[in-house]
Amino acid sequence: MNPQFLVDGVLSGAMIGLGAIGLTLAYAILRFGNFAHGELVSWGAYLALLLAAGIGALVGQGPALGDLTFGLPLLLALPLAMAATGLLGLALDALLFRRLRRHGGEIVLVIASFGASIALRSLLEFLFTAQPRYFTTDIAIAMPIGLGLRATQDQLALMGVAALLMLAMHLLMTRTRLGRSMRAVSENPALARLAGIDVAAVVRATWLIGGGLAGAAGVFLGITVQIRPTMGFDLLLPLFSAAILGGIGSVPGAMLGGLIIGLAEALAVPLIGAEYRAAVAFLILLAMLLVRPTGLFGGRA
Amino acid sequence: MSAALEVENLVGGYEPGLAILRGASISVAAQEIVVLLGPNGAGKSTLVKAIAGLVPVFSGLVRLGGAAITSTPAHLLIRQGLAFVPQTENVFAGLSIRENLELAAGLLPRPLRQPAVAEMLALFPDLAAQPGRTAGRLSGGQRQMLAIARALVVGPRVLMLDEPSAGLSPKLVGVVMEQLRRIRDRGVAILLVEQNARAAVAVADRAYVLVDGRVAHAAPASGLLDDPAVAELYLGARRPRPPESAA
Repeated sequence: MNPQFLVDGVLSGAMIGLGAIGLTLAYAILRFGNFAHGELVSWGAYLALLLAAGIGALVGQGPALGDLTFGLPLLLALPLAMAATGLLGLALDALLFRRLRRHGGEIVLVIASFGASIALRSLLEFLFTAQPRYFTTDIAIAMPIGLGLRATQDQLALMGVAALLMLAMHLLMTRTRLGRSMRAVSENPALARLAGIDVAAVVRATWLIGGGLAGAAGVFLGITVQIRPTMGFDLLLPLFSAAILGGIGSVPGAMLGGLIIGLAEALAVPLIGAEYRAAVAFLILLAMLLVRPTGLFGGRA
Repeated sequence: MSAALEVENLVGGYEPGLAILRGASISVAAQEIVVLLGPNGAGKSTLVKAIAGLVPVFSGLVRLGGAAITSTPAHLLIRQGLAFVPQTENVFAGLSIRENLELAAGLLPRPLRQPAVAEMLALFPDLAAQPGRTAGRLSGGQRQMLAIARALVVGPRVLMLDEPSAGLSPKLVGVVMEQLRRIRDRGVAILLVEQNARAAVAVADRAYVLVDGRVAHAAPASGLLDDPAVAELYLGARRPRPPESAA
């Protein structure tokens, strides 16, 4: 069969992986499944759209970079949009989840996140309408990259940036005090406090990092497909599947889980047809929950 | 002796208006082991948790080396020299022995971290034999040693322990108590909650008997268990039992 699905699968897997990191960290550290995480993906894309337009208005749109379909404004907008999405997550926590954490149990937080998801999505539709938007309408041309595969320059660049973000995330979790503190809080918040870890600060860092990576996933999705208010919500099932597949709380697990889901979805298109693509993540999720609920990297069940 | 830890008229509990501690007053001096005894439900664990900032304090005063620390958040107390080892889940089971110690040592200035970890490994040879081992796979005794080492890494002035002998064999209880004696001799003030009164009294310098959230009796540890007044307090709040289970 045509191995071309590998290119699409790896790229969409990288986007799912980036989104799933925030989801798995939120689950491990804040102890609830955040159904509004998909909206952080969508908001990241729209914030980048606004920021790129703003930067373009200030310094001029400039030409596209090399064979990419986008120029310098979007490249500059990416880190800004990531930061802004992280701040949006932080604001969501301060306004909603932090208050509920004091009294409510996990189910209250989950239901509240459903509400936040609907509110954030509706706000996007109100502000930007349901019409799809595009970072660029240039056509990306796929070129041979060897092994009989073809990829656009956009795809290659995004894979590179995604790999860098994942590497940075891995180093953060394993080499820094913040990363170790996050692991400690996810395992035992009371003991973490006794060990001198400021749990509230770790929670803030979790929202900033998780939101930032979700924002990046949104920008990537916007570049390769299109920008719609429902783009993040549609990604929610693959995100949860990736997080659970990798093991809740495991950052490398979320990355690997994302790649597996992305590849499986891409493989499903030529095998069983594009209309069943969305079912693949669901089937993997179900199978994993039945066979090994702690996930590949043995996180919390 | 100056008091490293002083508690005056502490009133507190888990729920507002539901005081478990009803005016508890104790003190622990540097280089002293003090044990809190008392029947179940007397508030022994609640008292150390309230001092550690884990249980709300409604009124009263806690002083560490003379400075008021009442209601200071738990994560700041360790920086001020007060360490607490909870009864259960007192190590990070997913981290290795070394990672547990390094995490705690993270509060120290960078150049002091590795020496502090090395010092703890030297103090607990059982841990030094396998520093890469995951804490979740340690035996009960080793885990307790790691919990104590983790609390000691930053060099606290006061170490509080909630039932360090729980779930350990009599031989291991002796090992833990002996280790506490050595830690005391390094100058640390130790406050211990124990159900195993006999083992605790054997290493302690002084004891308080807590009943209904207040100190009902304070005395030197030696000969304490033979004191009829203590037996009365200690056993009075319990169901009658055969005399051989009195300890």
